[in-house]
Amino acid sequence: MLAKRIIPCLDIDHGRVVKNVRFHENRWDAGDPIELARKYDQEGADEVVFLDISASHEGRNIMLDVISRAAEEVFIPLTVGGGIRSLEDMRAVLRAGADKVSMNTAAVLNPELIRQGAEQFGSQCIVVAIDAKRTPDGGWEVFLHGGRTPTGIDALRWAAEAEKLGAGELLVTSFDSDGTREGYDLALHQALADIVDIPVIASGGAGTLEHLAAVLTEGRADAALVASIFHSGEYTVADAKSYLAGRGIVVRS
Amino acid sequence: MRIAIVDMGVGNLRSVQKALMRLGAETRLTKEPEKILSADGVVLPGVGAFPAAMEHLRRHRLVETLREVAARHKPLFGICLGMQLLFESSDEWQFTEGLGLLPGRVTRLPETVKLPHIGWNRVLPTGSHPLLDGLENGEWFYFVHTFAAVAQEEADVLAVTEYGRAFPSIAGRGSVIGVQFHPEKSSAAGLRLLSNWLRIVEESR
Repeated sequence: MLAKRIIPCLDIDHGRVVKNVRFHENRWDAGDPIELARKYDQEGADEVVFLDISASHEGRNIMLDVISRAAEEVFIPLTVGGGIRSLEDMRAVLRAGADKVSMNTAAVLNPELIRQGAEQFGSQCIVVAIDAKRTPDGGWEVFLHGGRTPTGIDALRWAAEAEKLGAGELLVTSFDSDGTREGYDLALHQALADIVDIPVIASGGAGTLEHLAAVLTEGRADAALVASIFHSGEYTVADAKSYLAGRGIVVRS
Repeated sequence: MRIAIVDMGVGNLRSVQKALMRLGAETRLTKEPEKILSADGVVLPGVGAFPAAMEHLRRHRLVETLREVAARHKPLFGICLGMQLLFESSDEWQFTEGLGLLPGRVTRLPETVKLPHIGWNRVLPTGSHPLLDGLENGEWFYFVHTFAAVAQEEADVLAVTEYGRAFPSIAGRGSVIGVQFHPEKSSAAGLRLLSNWLRIVEESR
């Protein structure tokens, strides 16, 4: 039986983790992505996502070094996103040691990148990240640039298009829920599950372990991307898995 | 102990290399037949599509080389697409012949499940094998694939995994073994399995 996946996400700026990560043990260098990724691996995380938020050439080079070090010490799948705009960017990231690349803005601006990436590296390496916000008429619109720029594009239609172009997975963030800790946008995920056949990783809104359970059951998501509740030290990955297993959800533990 | 990792040109080869190095092996990523034949064990990784991978092997004279590795009973370990290449053929994109070291073929997983098969799934051994030493029945490993083997000989199926159908997640005979999952991405369980394989290589020297 395929397990539902719990995936911590790290925002990385010039090689350092940015979210205010607190741990009980002071000896952890909370800013080092590798230490954090190893900790998550030890706790049972199924994969890890590194998001490069530096938006600079220098930051991206440092990121390649981070990925390279991760390949030496972290043996769970690594997805890297942030500023990937071309086949060369994808190749560099994969060669450095990432298993998947995630594209957001670049894919919307140039959808052919999805197809090219899939053909060159295989669909399983290509994750298309979609940031969605609810529209007044009950649908969802695609936003770019970290949820700031509206596109007028229907998010569900874009998801179907990305699948057709060869995306292996979708990473879908509800910008309405993100950061609120009030739960994922279940309706969005249910709608997606009806439209696409590729795995969907849900992102945005987790505040409690119950929220994780909801998005993986009612929300029909295949995986949950989690940031705040793990980084804050409130819950560990092990807590999350234990809770989910207790609810009868198949998770690796 | 020297392990040659066949350079397939694509895919994340670093993780396999780093995992083996961490476990104490000296590794070399190569496409040169002599370097492959002189290693103590050979890893055939693989990401991407079967026809492109076979084309790559043919272009670099590696089909004969890998068959020779098997003929010399030198341990050969296929990972993911690398496992599929060990079989006789695959339907991916178009009918393509494989290395033919294991009888059987590779076909697409059924449409009744979401494809690709991505994520952690359980590996159920059919018997005991040194590769699985210290690992639980139903241990979780990380899979990412759309096609899987249909082994002709039941004895070659060392473990199965259920996804759409029960497919061989570990298959092999003699010194040739393949795993459909990625041990280098399967955390502690994966490292244990790789460590077991290195012990098999050590014992065969």
